Amino acid sequence: MSPVPKSGGSAATPPTPNAPGTLDEFMAQAWAMEMEAVQRYSDFADAMETHNNLEVAAMFRTMAQYEGKHAVQILEEMGWTEPPRLPEANFAWPGFEAPETASFDDVHYLMQPWHALQLALAAEERAERFFGEIVRVATVESVRSAARELQAEEREHVALVKAWIEKVVKPDPDWANDPDPARYTD
Amino acid sequence: MNDIAPPAALTAANYKSAYKPIWCPGCGDFSVLSSVTKALAKVQVPPHEVVVVSGIGCSSRIPAYTSCYGFHGVHGRALAAGTGLKVARPELTVIVAGGDGDGYSIGGNHFLHACRRNVDLTYIVMDNHVYGMTKGQASPTTEPDWDNKLSPGGTGIRSFHPLVIALASGANFVARAFAGDPNGTAEIIAAGIRRPGFSFIEILSPCITFRPEQREWKQYAHPAPVGPTDDPARAARRIMTDDGFNIGILYAGDRKPYPTQAAEHPASPAELETEFEL
Repeated sequence: MSPVPKSGGSAATPPTPNAPGTLDEFMAQAWAMEMEAVQRYSDFADAMETHNNLEVAAMFRTMAQYEGKHAVQILEEMGWTEPPRLPEANFAWPGFEAPETASFDDVHYLMQPWHALQLALAAEERAERFFGEIVRVATVESVRSAARELQAEEREHVALVKAWIEKVVKPDPDWANDPDPARYTD
Repeated sequence: MNDIAPPAALTAANYKSAYKPIWCPGCGDFSVLSSVTKALAKVQVPPHEVVVVSGIGCSSRIPAYTSCYGFHGVHGRALAAGTGLKVARPELTVIVAGGDGDGYSIGGNHFLHACRRNVDLTYIVMDNHVYGMTKGQASPTTEPDWDNKLSPGGTGIRSFHPLVIALASGANFVARAFAGDPNGTAEIIAAGIRRPGFSFIEILSPCITFRPEQREWKQYAHPAPVGPTDDPARAARRIMTDDGFNIGILYAGDRKPYPTQAAEHPASPAELETEFEL
């Protein structure tokens, strides 16, 4: 079994997201989603650098930069000169975390670029589904329209990550074997 | 007219230090660190007015990863150091942090009496049911049947139940959180900081190196179906009968915190040297 499981929400995942009441509220949520992804990818990059897995660290750093650019795009589209004020209560994500955020435990110190891209692919697919659900449940036309645009963007990201995956080497089955492991099993 | 601009709101990034954690990639403690910084941003207390005190273990490295004042103390004694600090400097926000071995075994007696004294501290335990730093020995919260090379067939010893012990010992705020829910955990930590008295927050924080099966915790963790109670008997019944993955504030009481009094004239270093001269 791979030590890097597929990212997934919790058992307590509610079936549908709440429909934001205004465009500002929805775009603030979309911005927060991107920023949470930036934070998680940055944490992953730091962890990989510390464990001398520099190739994957650079990849996570790049992913953080991409998500950061998406967050800036949201600010620009909304004409916001500073980050939106977020509500005191947490957003109601379909799971414990924002859909584009990979789970904290989806990494391994020996993981390879292929694993990092699989993780990113799962995150982009979750984001695409999330915006699709907003399109479905939105009651405000401006929210529905913006969600449709963001869903299309996420669909593009899914395609880009899939194309990227084609360019990297698929790991050997024994990629996680460590001749000097932290955990001894015999 | 006051032309000094109001200070910008503090964000989670303001509470992170430049040091990169050396925890294993995938460790739940990364997420807890993120929750602590988010919680401090929620309460908007400046980093120089916060002290993070810890003991020994993987999770006890956390003070170095914040921009707050920190004290990385001796094994199991974090609560003793934190208590002394809070009593001497009550104006500071004191967060004590560590793991299940440090807090419930080596520091078990301090845990009981810190709950009992009810000093205004927030105690965060990152519980992974194992001694990770020393390579995987059973800890007080390890399941009795956890079979590994160091305890073949399991220890056979009943697991320590920190939440009910905290409640019975007098903690004023008792909560369980999950590292996989960093935003919810931040809310709980912020509530613990704001609550006067001793706030105990048990955070299920998986060790993916020595307990890889704990990755499944994210499938089990779920929000508590009801809000906090101020009735200790009701809280005890809930804590004793839940499935161990019930996330939220489980008890929020109104016990008066241990009284502290700020020194009117803080001693200078020279005066302190004189006082402690042998």
